[in-house]
Amino acid sequence: MAKERLSLRVNGAVREVEADPATPLIYILRGPCGLTGVKLGCGLEQCGSCAVLIDGEPTLCCNRPVGEVAGKEIVTVEGLARNGALSPVQTAFVEEGAAQCGYCTPGIVIAATALLRKNKSPSEADIIAALHPHLCRCGSHPRVLKAIRRVVQEGRADAV
Amino acid sequence: MPYSESIEKHPGLDQWLAITPQGDIKVHTGKVDIGQRISTALQLIAAAELDVDPARIEVLRPQTGVSPNEGTTSGSHSMEMTGEAVRLAVATARAYLLKLAAEKLDTDIAALEVNDGVIRASGTNKSVSYAELAGGKPFGIDVDTDAKIKDEDAYRALDGTLRPRFIEDIVTGAHTYIHDLTVPGMLHARVVRPPHIHARLNGLDDATVKALDGAGLKVIIDGSFVAVAGEDEYEVVKAAERLFETADWDRGSGLDAGDIYEQLLTNPRESWPVVDGKPQDAPVPAPLTPPGKTAAVIAKQFTRPYIMHGTIGPSAALAEFDGKKLRITTHSQSIYPVRTSIADALQMKVDDVILTHGLGAGCYGHNGADDAAFDAAVIARALANMPVLLKWTRADEHAWEPYGTAMAIKVSASLDDTGHVLAWDHESYANTFSGRPVAAKDKTGARRLLASRFRKDFCGEPFEFPKPRPNMGSHGGIHRNMDPLYAFPERRLIKNLVHEMPMRTSALRALGGYGNVFAIESMMDILAEEAGIDPVEFRLKHMKDKRARDVIVAAAEKFGWGGERAEGTGSGTGHGFGFARYKNAKAYAAVAFEVFVDDAAKVHLKRAVVGVDASQVVDPEGLTVQMEGGVVQAASWTLYEQVTYDSGGVTSRDWESYPILRFDNVPEVETVIVPRPGERFLGAGEATQGPTAGALGNAIYNAIGVRPYRVPFTPEAIKAAAME
Repeated sequence: MAKERLSLRVNGAVREVEADPATPLIYILRGPCGLTGVKLGCGLEQCGSCAVLIDGEPTLCCNRPVGEVAGKEIVTVEGLARNGALSPVQTAFVEEGAAQCGYCTPGIVIAATALLRKNKSPSEADIIAALHPHLCRCGSHPRVLKAIRRVVQEGRADAV
Repeated sequence: MPYSESIEKHPGLDQWLAITPQGDIKVHTGKVDIGQRISTALQLIAAAELDVDPARIEVLRPQTGVSPNEGTTSGSHSMEMTGEAVRLAVATARAYLLKLAAEKLDTDIAALEVNDGVIRASGTNKSVSYAELAGGKPFGIDVDTDAKIKDEDAYRALDGTLRPRFIEDIVTGAHTYIHDLTVPGMLHARVVRPPHIHARLNGLDDATVKALDGAGLKVIIDGSFVAVAGEDEYEVVKAAERLFETADWDRGSGLDAGDIYEQLLTNPRESWPVVDGKPQDAPVPAPLTPPGKTAAVIAKQFTRPYIMHGTIGPSAALAEFDGKKLRITTHSQSIYPVRTSIADALQMKVDDVILTHGLGAGCYGHNGADDAAFDAAVIARALANMPVLLKWTRADEHAWEPYGTAMAIKVSASLDDTGHVLAWDHESYANTFSGRPVAAKDKTGARRLLASRFRKDFCGEPFEFPKPRPNMGSHGGIHRNMDPLYAFPERRLIKNLVHEMPMRTSALRALGGYGNVFAIESMMDILAEEAGIDPVEFRLKHMKDKRARDVIVAAAEKFGWGGERAEGTGSGTGHGFGFARYKNAKAYAAVAFEVFVDDAAKVHLKRAVVGVDASQVVDPEGLTVQMEGGVVQAASWTLYEQVTYDSGGVTSRDWESYPILRFDNVPEVETVIVPRPGERFLGAGEATQGPTAGALGNAIYNAIGVRPYRVPFTPEAIKAAAME
């Protein structure tokens, strides 16, 4: 496939890239865009490491052709902090120590952010459903759940 | 202070510690941080002993030739080895600095106080800082193994002051793993794997190779080891797939896909009696005869399958060969042994191979990291002066990492009519857990590296895979935690190292301790029921070790054992208990679990309580997280996991064919730490693996009256157990 000039909107900025539109978005984000917070775990949309927001929807980008997302608003984990301050979800993950090796964490932070932007008082079932695409091998799950509950309980979901 | 192996090998204080002219403290360690927070614990140790703000302390990433050689980060040794060594090193430094300060300030050492690295003569304005005394200068003294270390209060004063190292970078995506590294001129690389471990390359498709060559990609062929490298990562991914699809493979007779548990019991094997945790070079005694007062003999068989490490980020390594030196960034847990193994395999001088630890994804054990380092080394050697970032694919990691070995365990116990165990007979059958590359004269380490099997030439001699060697150490691999801590008057313990097994295996968190403790703790439950005694009481009845008793009681009390114990058979909700002291020498851990088993035999994890005694604790939060993570990982192994394969190769190639626990089955986990101020550190990282499996099996039995003897406890397995 021939390369094309594509215009992407990533973390609030416009990025012009030359790419085969069939290339999975993750290679563009991690490569030319330098956003390595987006992690490749499986390339099969099975583990959640590569989650990003596309027009506000949590999306696994390891198999999503870049040509399909041109013009859409893409947000990666690097785009969540505001004016250098951690987002409420990021803050709660730090407070609860909700990571061990941390490889799966950016994807989970994205999923939690997407959930709380839509639903300020999610039920336990809502939280679990939002995290279902995500795997963790170190067993940080109990802390992740605590961190998300903490954002809700402490009324910090409004600022997510 | 007792003997420190690390200090004996590296006695110089400068090998452990440096103070910069700005007063920052650099700590060297040979142990790597794989998410278990060892570097946070070391930071706290240095802060407590030196009286400096933890923020001033940096624990440096291990590098060969620079860091102390502390072998492999494994076996729950890190706090006991590097934790104690760093503690002695910083305590030595403190005493040395106070002595210098007393001379400089013309006062007694006893009159000095330290606040964030500034030493002041009390009641005066006179002060001098660590930086002024020793900044940028070598200490030039040895670590004093009798150095006075601080009592526990100094550590408790730091509780809650320090976030886990790197966590802010982790949540913002700034934490740089090896996968994320970029260096000028770097090529991406992938290996083209054969269909299975016995397959060999007849040849690649010429047209495919030519086309890739024309597109500027580099194809590396070394016997049956094939790789492709290029500037554009996704082009390399596609090229590797194309090369695999068009290659001509000799698949031979395929993998032996016979019944694994039958193979474990019938294949050729070597056997040893185990006494006090150690295999003996002695004949295997006959099974125990039930003693005279025996009222009941109960014999059961337990199994666990091949289980994978299953790291979420497939292994990676960055390598560059400049014509003489080979530099590799790796997430290996064994940088020194792997350096020697790679040097041996490539017939290079050890000093010309430099390994630096970089970040990888966690998993706790010997995953693909070491093999990826060697893959990258082979490719970099073929492409001199070009840095190569090699990544394994998801299928590479699933199908090619060295698994935790399958086991079959037979236990037979004699019980008297007062509910006492009189005799205990335990035989474990497994292939090796010792598959890590090790430095050895016969190049065992080099042979254990995956690519060695496929390269054309192994150091000018025919490649032979080394027959697994028995680990004869105390609580080594297969016999780890085979010897119960309980007071059984007679015991016969047999280690069986089984050969000619189909899968490549190595160290997975807790090694044989996971299967052995699952068997022991299931038996304790079975025997308690036979004796008509509550399972926790039954354990206490057989336990003389006070620290073990305290941990069992702490977990049971916090859990509310007994009072709310489920009514038992048929209610669907069940409580189960498990206990072990890891290797009978490290942390004590008891796990109480509540589960609900639904009508479809699916096990829902409700809550778990862990009781733990890890001696004096440096970082209670870090210990707690290790306990939680251990319970969750072990629960995942126990409920969901087994590697599958057929004659064509491994069929567990992704997260659908090898499912693990997801967020819909996460228990609440509560940890109770039994404090032991002043006691020498005990490693805790693997303590919950076996007790969790035991507690889960027991909880399922308590819930529905069906006992699972085979890991994993899938709905199908539980239904099958109900029919037996």
